[in-house]
Amino acid sequence: MTYREIVIVNYGMGNLGSIQNMFRHIGVESVISDSVSDIENADKLVLSGVGAFDSGMKNISDLGFIPVLNSKVLSDKTPVLGICLGMQLFAESSEEGNLSGLGWINADAVRFNFNDDSDRLKIPHMGWNLVNLQRNSILFNGLSDESRFYFVHSYHLICREKEDVICTTNYGYNFPSAVEKENIHGVQFHPEKSHKFGMKLLKNFAELT
Amino acid sequence: MLMTRVMPCLLVENGRLVKTINFKNPAYVGDPVNAIKIYNEKEVDELILLDIRATVEGREPPFELLAGVADECFMPLTYGGGIGKLDDIRKIFNLGIEKVAINSFASRDPDFISRAAEIYGNQSIVVSIDVRKTLFGKYAVFTRSGRKATRYNPVEYAVGMEQMGAGEILLNSIDRDGTWKGYDIPLIRKVTNSVNIPVIACGGAGSIQDFREAVKQGGASAVAAGSMVVYSGKGLGVLINFPKQTDLREILQETT
Repeated sequence: MTYREIVIVNYGMGNLGSIQNMFRHIGVESVISDSVSDIENADKLVLSGVGAFDSGMKNISDLGFIPVLNSKVLSDKTPVLGICLGMQLFAESSEEGNLSGLGWINADAVRFNFNDDSDRLKIPHMGWNLVNLQRNSILFNGLSDESRFYFVHSYHLICREKEDVICTTNYGYNFPSAVEKENIHGVQFHPEKSHKFGMKLLKNFAELT
Repeated sequence: MLMTRVMPCLLVENGRLVKTINFKNPAYVGDPVNAIKIYNEKEVDELILLDIRATVEGREPPFELLAGVADECFMPLTYGGGIGKLDDIRKIFNLGIEKVAINSFASRDPDFISRAAEIYGNQSIVVSIDVRKTLFGKYAVFTRSGRKATRYNPVEYAVGMEQMGAGEILLNSIDRDGTWKGYDIPLIRKVTNSVNIPVIACGGAGSIQDFREAVKQGGASAVAAGSMVVYSGKGLGVLINFPKQTDLREILQETT
């Protein structure tokens, strides 16, 4: 099996090396790049990151990535995988910031908000948790409700279109932990830190045609 | 719901993996990168790696070793040892390590924790607290790999560190380290009762039953084990190992 070129977009929001390391471990080549032309020529894109929503959007905008990302993802239908903050940037807005998101998914990011019963739950939601699959997705081929993934986040998506939600995770309540709309895929957890489950998911993404 | 995190706590000195008893007499147990490759296969969910000589010898964190470790570590990793500058933290995160544990430098300059948390977020800053009982039976915080006594008691200290922005506390009992006698539950209880951030219990684990006690009785959010995961048993030979997920889930009463 040969894989097409995967570009991990470097927009200055945290380490991307561990994603590239995991791709390498499963025999998939990828490049980390902050160049518009690399993004233009990519066959697949990964948008990962940790940190604040506005910092992420500002960096993407300052680096001049917004037009090329929009054209790749919305017009060319290039498969894209958003991870953690990367996925939240696909939304229209976030409670965490004032800037608009990329708006690729009909969703907003909101902070965890628990009622009194669950006030012992800590924010961020940090650790391993399960996913409850809501529908089929190639991204989760070979993965099941028994699969666990590593999460670190204080905000989560709320999707206005239910069919965009691949799976939910329970932390005080159910929130969307993976979303998908055509070529647009996003996961709230960190596959690159979720050993065999993450490897399977990244392999599924690499094998998308 | 979140699963209780169970993590190997690995010690290195001069690039070698070692295990101590009461923070003393480090015994060689192997190569850290090899060990991590084995833990990957055993589906370990999180790791802690501490360089126990860096601060004592006035060295920086061992960046070259950490780069090799990060390349092979497909699980969250916390690194501690010799972290005294914001630039150390930046370099460590750039390698692909998600959390840092700060011990001696937190006690010397608590504001270092708030500066680090402001830049990198609370969730990535762990304050590591080493505790020993004094001759008078009181708990006291020690720094510099257990060599230096401070005037702090662990509860006040942990509360202060939470206020400074620590996202997690790694609470290590020097008296229990390497003893297989079980965690110091009263110590864990005191700290977990006083802070709102997760506490990782460390020091003394000898069986998975001990994990349960640290969580159910101590209120720990996570548990770390040293000897148990590098030896095949108390007083026995080196064996990099980890309990089965199903056994862990059962003893911690979680469904898979």
